[in-house]
Amino acid sequence: MIRLNVSAHLAFRDFTLDAALDAEIDGVLALFGPSGSGKTTLLRVIAGLERAATGHVRFDGETWQDSAARSFVPPHRRGIGYVFQDARLFAHLSVNSNLLYGHRRTPASERRIVPDEVIRVLQLSPLLERRVEALSGGEKQRVALGRALLSCPRILLLDEPLTALDIARKDEVLPFIERVIDEFRLPAIYVSHAIDEVVRLARQIAFVSAGRIVACGPLEEITSRLDLRDYTSRLDAGAVIPVTVIGHDQANQLTRLGFPDGQLLAPHIDLPLGTAVRVLVRSRDVALSRVPPGQTSILNVLEGKVVAIDEPDGPQAHVLLDIGVPLWARIMKISVRELGLAPGVTAYALIKAVAVDRRSVGRPTSMDATPRP
Amino acid sequence: MEFDPSPIWLTLKLAVVSVAILLALGTPLAWWLARTRSPLKVPVEAVVALPLVLPPTVLGFYLLVLLGPLGPIGRFWVDITGTTITFSFGGIVLATVLHSLPFVVQPLQVAFEAVGRAPLEAAATLRARPFDRFLTIACGLSSRGFITAAVLGFAHALGEFGVVLMVGGSIPGETKVLSIAIYEHVEAMELDTAHALAGGLLAFSFVVLLVVYALNRRFRVRTTQEDSAS
Repeated sequence: MIRLNVSAHLAFRDFTLDAALDAEIDGVLALFGPSGSGKTTLLRVIAGLERAATGHVRFDGETWQDSAARSFVPPHRRGIGYVFQDARLFAHLSVNSNLLYGHRRTPASERRIVPDEVIRVLQLSPLLERRVEALSGGEKQRVALGRALLSCPRILLLDEPLTALDIARKDEVLPFIERVIDEFRLPAIYVSHAIDEVVRLARQIAFVSAGRIVACGPLEEITSRLDLRDYTSRLDAGAVIPVTVIGHDQANQLTRLGFPDGQLLAPHIDLPLGTAVRVLVRSRDVALSRVPPGQTSILNVLEGKVVAIDEPDGPQAHVLLDIGVPLWARIMKISVRELGLAPGVTAYALIKAVAVDRRSVGRPTSMDATPRP
Repeated sequence: MEFDPSPIWLTLKLAVVSVAILLALGTPLAWWLARTRSPLKVPVEAVVALPLVLPPTVLGFYLLVLLGPLGPIGRFWVDITGTTITFSFGGIVLATVLHSLPFVVQPLQVAFEAVGRAPLEAAATLRARPFDRFLTIACGLSSRGFITAAVLGFAHALGEFGVVLMVGGSIPGETKVLSIAIYEHVEAMELDTAHALAGGLLAFSFVVLLVVYALNRRFRVRTTQEDSAS
């Protein structure tokens, strides 16, 4: 575990970053928030790309930046690996030279990560002799990821590496990011505004809003907090539920996911029994009923108790339900009244199986104390 | 009259030496101009561009005043070396460098500006120090700008006439460059010799440009991609 302590202030014409973050990074920490909230700026401060920022950056017992003490460690001496949104490969160099750019500048004693290994994990060998402009967007990000890894960083900083890609390309790159985090056991900070990426990769999450960190903690805990509903609902989030694969129904192509007090059916997930994963159940995919529904196409019916109801402006309400784990439902306010929902009332959550799909399933990282698939 | 090849060699020597000095001075100057936010940027840009608009005789005249044995720089030069800087090879190199400065600085500045901050930041996160970043990334991505700068500087030095005549006169083997030799041959009605020199210069210039543009084609795809990315 590595401690990161940042307090950064940086004013632009139309935006001010005023963020304080203190986290023990174990695996992946997601910086999550809407576009323009300051996630990238905060990451750039951590990397040392915003020298004008006031405040401090402390990493693993070292002070990287402290405006009061006028100290500043430049980015090339921080030992970071940075993957930019737009890859930023060097157009005048081959893929191979791009990969080795940082490695050649790494002292021999610090070269923990070797080219052969990175090329194998990221499947880069067919690309090595190619010119950079001949690569697809997804291939560029794989090379950028390999290039950052080969500089043998102490922490990997990923700035929305999938944002510039379309959905098909995202699915090409995301598994590689998972593998890298898995195999090289590097702490990482992952900037994103897409909750499904966060669920798949991160164990901790920091919410960024209007230049501030509004909350930071384990994913499951933060997504079930009522006071953060304003941020999570806007970002189309839901509840993150830690589950275990307990069965496969080959005939119907379904997978049974167990959690304390219940189970969920999902379309087939290709993971062995006993694998611990996290699933995201979006609040918009959850409907509520006061009585157990009779014949229904909905496979997941879970009994629970209403914990709290949040009714912000507008026609919708957010209902927090306890089904053994916290679960969010986004329903109309009129339904809250007609069903007589109130804290303590028993209700049934209805979740379509298709709402629990592979894309919203987070794989365990190597740091989870669970058997690896 | 016997054919004297010395203006050819002198002109090539002048062009090569000038381009070398121009690149050495022009690269840091262009880098500074491309990156600075200093209020001095605009006046410096204007001074660098002056030779584009000034008649060569005006530039040559002021250089003569400054560099002549009675001028402030010329006197200092005489004091430390015992020789005059005007009417010498060194003098015409200096004049050529000043006169060709915009032809070298401007393409380099444009190329450096096109590189932008993004690839340099990426290099910084890959453990590259500032000077390393400048050499391997900024200069590497600006290779086309360097070719353009060197060709324009070389071509301009090759055809230098007015400034060299003002500062260097026409001393055979020392300051009598090709264009001055051609002028003198025409004046003396030695049209055959003028033809030989002029035609040779024409053919040589054409071949040089041909080679450069052919080489440049190979860089084009790469460079335009980089432009659109930055």
